[in-house]
Amino acid sequence: MTLELLFQYLVAGITYGIIYAIVAIGFNIIYNTTGIINFAQGEFVMLGGMTAVTLNTFMPVPLAIVAAVLITMIIGALIEIIFIRWLDNPTVLRMIIITIGLSILIREVALHVWDEKVRALPYFSGTATSSISIKGVYISPQVLWVIGICTLIVIILNFFFSHTLLGRQMRACSSNRKAARLCGISVQNMVTLSFVLSAGIGALAGCIVSPITYIQYDSGTGLAIKGFTVAILGGLGNSMAAVAAGLILGVLESFSIWILPTAYKDAISISILLLILFVRPGGLFGSREALSLKEF
Amino acid sequence: MLRIRNLETAYGNLRVLRRLSMHVAPGEIVTIIGANGAGKTTLLNTLSGLLSARSGEVEFNRKNIFNMPAEKIVLMGCSLVPEGRQVFATMSVHENLLLGGYVLHKRKEQQMIDEELQKVYALFPILKERGNQLAGTLSGGEQQMVAIGRALMARPNMIMMDEPSMGLAPLIVKEIFQIILRLREAGKTVLLVEQNAKAALAIADRGYVLETGRIISQGPAEDLLSNRDVQRAYLGRDLDSENP
Repeated sequence: MTLELLFQYLVAGITYGIIYAIVAIGFNIIYNTTGIINFAQGEFVMLGGMTAVTLNTFMPVPLAIVAAVLITMIIGALIEIIFIRWLDNPTVLRMIIITIGLSILIREVALHVWDEKVRALPYFSGTATSSISIKGVYISPQVLWVIGICTLIVIILNFFFSHTLLGRQMRACSSNRKAARLCGISVQNMVTLSFVLSAGIGALAGCIVSPITYIQYDSGTGLAIKGFTVAILGGLGNSMAAVAAGLILGVLESFSIWILPTAYKDAISISILLLILFVRPGGLFGSREALSLKEF
Repeated sequence: MLRIRNLETAYGNLRVLRRLSMHVAPGEIVTIIGANGAGKTTLLNTLSGLLSARSGEVEFNRKNIFNMPAEKIVLMGCSLVPEGRQVFATMSVHENLLLGGYVLHKRKEQQMIDEELQKVYALFPILKERGNQLAGTLSGGEQQMVAIGRALMARPNMIMMDEPSMGLAPLIVKEIFQIILRLREAGKTVLLVEQNAKAALAIADRGYVLETGRIISQGPAEDLLSNRDVQRAYLGRDLDSENP
């Protein structure tokens, strides 16, 4: 294998890795406010991408993306208000089952609204064949878009959660609901907000990756599994760690093609997920200290 | 300041509070003593809005707060320091206190937050040193200080404390009770629930004795301290062996 090929694999790995990271961050946002895993997270990604593709038929790409993100955010809010808000002290298991049910529901609705055809947005700049060559490594401009936008999302979110009042309120809800209420924080509104936020981020991710990966009604499930793996690998609730974990998984997958048939790509992430759950449930970067202070 | 009439709270069919009536006047330290399971925590959780009551009347500052949600009650100036401290374990001490001050944002008094923060740090200098540490990693006594500080950040008129001495070393307990006295000097009204009846009655103005959800005895703290029934049941004095 030449050095160029090595870099080519690396770039591909980073691209996928950062997509997984964004999905994982979506998991983390809801986990951070409610302490639950929203297994419908992948569906937000699919909805964002599919809506943007449809809207793109009668409006330019940037506008279609903004509209698709907003629509998915509204859907996220509705899901929370209709299915989750009225539950009194739901158990973790119940919430997991509800979100899995929701993901199946959304997927089936998507199949009816659209069809089983694979779709994609056009490339943001250039075409599918245009590429930028850096020292013999060919990089699609879309890859740079993905990396750029995802990095921006991570930086903004990190600032939001650690330095703004609203972000702290959301973290307070996950840390101790009762105490949050005693501080005058409306826990219900924070939970709705977390669904809106993670739906928006998922949808944005769906839009920017669709030119590369293509999407169809059931693309969400695969992404959700990868995203979940990354969230666990990094340590649930930790967005910066999710980025690192995402890159690790993406690059591992990318290089696995070297020694294993492509079909085994998904097996890698599942094996990592199982391994981490058995050996280090706090995640690679999760501090034991913080883990011991959490419920699960 | 606080007036309760015939309050009843139940978990399903189990009535925990039965026709409970009591009051707290401004500037008082009032303590509620009672054994495990008497309903002390249930009473405070009901007053703070975490639990909803079945019937009764609750007035705070002459406003009806019966079955108002917890988020609203804290806004009216009545804060609870919950049992078991309940700090935001995964957040820093500083963030815990800032979240306590969230109520000031809601009341449009943001400019007070910094002043209140300095007051809390003056009251608990150790918290300033530990500002960036995760609250969950602090010792029990320090966590109790975070919980009290967080409640104070809301500038409450009345502060309710649920077993602040629970699980703490005697020296720390003494410190916490000194703090409660200082709170009264600062003009706060205190409703204190304690199992450590002796320590609570020593600093309180008045006390209520709660037993199986009913108030069985009440009066000035000194009277309760010298009351033979209270001494036998809650102060651990063996009267029979003293007067054979």
